[in-house]
Amino acid sequence: MIKKILRNEAFQSLFASLICIILGVLVGYVVLLFINPTGAGEAISEVLKNFFHYSKTNLQLKNFGNTLVKTAPLIMCSLSILFAYKVGLFNIGAPGQYCVGICVSLYCALSLGLGWVPCMIIAAVCGALYGAVVGLLKAYCNVNEVISGIMLNWIALYSTNMILTPVKEVTSPYTFHLDVEAPQAILPTLGLEKFFAGNERVTIALPLSIIAAVVILIILDKTKFGYELKATGFNKNAAKYCGMAEKRNIIVTLMISGGIAALGASFLYLTDFEQWSCTSSAVPAMGFNGIAAAFLGGLNPIGAIFSSYFIQHITNGGAFVDKTMYCSQISDLISAIIIYLCGFVFFIKYAMNYLIDKTEEKQAIKAKAAAEANTQEGGDK
Amino acid sequence: MLLLIQYTLIFASVLLLVALGGCFAEHSGVINLGLEGIMVIGALGGALMMRYAPDSMGAFGLIICVLLAAIAFGVAYSSLLGVACINFKANQTIVGTAMNMLGTAAATVIVKAINTATNPNDVSSTIQYVDEKKQFIVNIGDFEFNWFMAVAVIGLVVAYITLYKTKFGLRLMACGEHPQAADSVGINVYKMRWAGVLISGVFGGLGGICYILSGVSEWKFENGVAGFGFLALAVMIFGQWKPTRIAMAAVIFGFFRALSNVYFGFEFLVSLNIPGSIYNMLPYIICLIVLAFTSKKSRAPKAEGIPYDKGQR
Repeated sequence: MIKKILRNEAFQSLFASLICIILGVLVGYVVLLFINPTGAGEAISEVLKNFFHYSKTNLQLKNFGNTLVKTAPLIMCSLSILFAYKVGLFNIGAPGQYCVGICVSLYCALSLGLGWVPCMIIAAVCGALYGAVVGLLKAYCNVNEVISGIMLNWIALYSTNMILTPVKEVTSPYTFHLDVEAPQAILPTLGLEKFFAGNERVTIALPLSIIAAVVILIILDKTKFGYELKATGFNKNAAKYCGMAEKRNIIVTLMISGGIAALGASFLYLTDFEQWSCTSSAVPAMGFNGIAAAFLGGLNPIGAIFSSYFIQHITNGGAFVDKTMYCSQISDLISAIIIYLCGFVFFIKYAMNYLIDKTEEKQAIKAKAAAEANTQEGGDK
Repeated sequence: MLLLIQYTLIFASVLLLVALGGCFAEHSGVINLGLEGIMVIGALGGALMMRYAPDSMGAFGLIICVLLAAIAFGVAYSSLLGVACINFKANQTIVGTAMNMLGTAAATVIVKAINTATNPNDVSSTIQYVDEKKQFIVNIGDFEFNWFMAVAVIGLVVAYITLYKTKFGLRLMACGEHPQAADSVGINVYKMRWAGVLISGVFGGLGGICYILSGVSEWKFENGVAGFGFLALAVMIFGQWKPTRIAMAAVIFGFFRALSNVYFGFEFLVSLNIPGSIYNMLPYIICLIVLAFTSKKSRAPKAEGIPYDKGQR
């Protein structure tokens, strides 16, 4: 019975993810010890506690809401990466597609004055088109999608800075607040704020992102389309010989992936939780954290929901560490270590199976020996 | 004009060094996507050395020490890639990406910790090296000759000779083409791949310190190295994994990168009235276009990216 659980693929993924988390936090703790041993324990517990930092329930709920607001786009980013990864493509261009999403949704809202629905749809379409560039280059020019993705990330960043400059505040590099300039573009809350002590940033983005996860799961596991995509990922040539349009599949995958990432951006920026700084010198970390969340979630859409929450939880928790001793980037460090360790997941599963095989073998030998001993005894009598 | 040449050469040096690093790793059969992270950590090593080196060292001693520190940090950091991808057969793309994120995060945390320890009010991630930077530069007329240009040329010559004229280099390349065949004639594939990864750490570290010394006299580690590790990989692909061609590709890419630094010095470019962001984007756009035309018939080492498994023949 226990062996059956141990051999279960889902259990192994969960187990491996937990090992990654524990080791990641442990290494983070050791780094803190090196920097300053006196407050390390407290700092790591602040990172893990996040909103439990506050003692009042009201503040706790409000900050829980703030974490959830940023979890929704992270879920989308991790879905974007895992969807492409299932088709054998590493869409590191997701941060750039996310950036395009920010650019388009803010531009549509602030400059064109559109409502939230068209803003979201146009953002997703533009993100999909941006993803298609990577796909076209991959399918027709054999360009490694990682390198073209990174290049497009930088292009997206500088374009976003340029395009959003007309809609920024005069005195600061940040874009206008939506609730002042474009209240029609703010996502509705549908009463969700009541659960989070009136935190109006918690919008329909959260349920939408969970629905997206379920939809992705269904597409990948239950449809012919998803099956074809996965087959292309396993073996491009085999898929081609079976009559699947492998080039089209690559492009479509990256379009969907890009669309999801861009939609994620509108989930965050159409809540007016954050404004874009037109002097940004790097693409938002959200897309890269999506990589962490996708792999930590065992490349499963439902797993991605939980892992996204965890990554966002510790990222927000980083803000609570004692700034006189440490910096908040400690949580970035922990998530980077977790991704690094996720590279070992394959090995962890292999080691588990190996150990189980070995114990089974030993038991089998023992049982055989015992049986032989029995028959010999029987023979003597 | 002179300024443009100067910047072109210094950026070309960075790209050449890092691309050579990538070239060694790929020839041994490991795709090193973590070059960006290695650059950051190498730069960190060099910058820390500049900060803590005694003033009495003299220019020559300082240069050597900084280079050695950058190399040591780069090699140590690249071993993370080696352990994961060679011994544990991890996915090279994931580990490389993780190393890039880890490099920037770790450097930021370390530098911030050092800054805060010396001055509790200082929470920046910046290291300054105004005086030390001058030691790297020799003025020839108006032209600032940077010692890294020499380092890059030496690196190129050494890389060429090692790869094509020594037993070690030829064996290394065999491991990237057909590791099983190499193993069957008694070459230890794991060792060779480790060598390839560690050499890429050497070049990556050098490229990193060179990059942060290229223009400014202080560096904010939160910024990383702005995609230079990946530009270098593009240079390597454009150079078809051959050191001499990589050098030419590096000069071309270096030129476009330099243009974004000095375009306002040219009247006809200013009169075109193109926003600065376009110039910032230029190296990346050129990179994409070049890749689109060269990748189709590119001949990468055959076994790159595939973990070597002794049991598979």
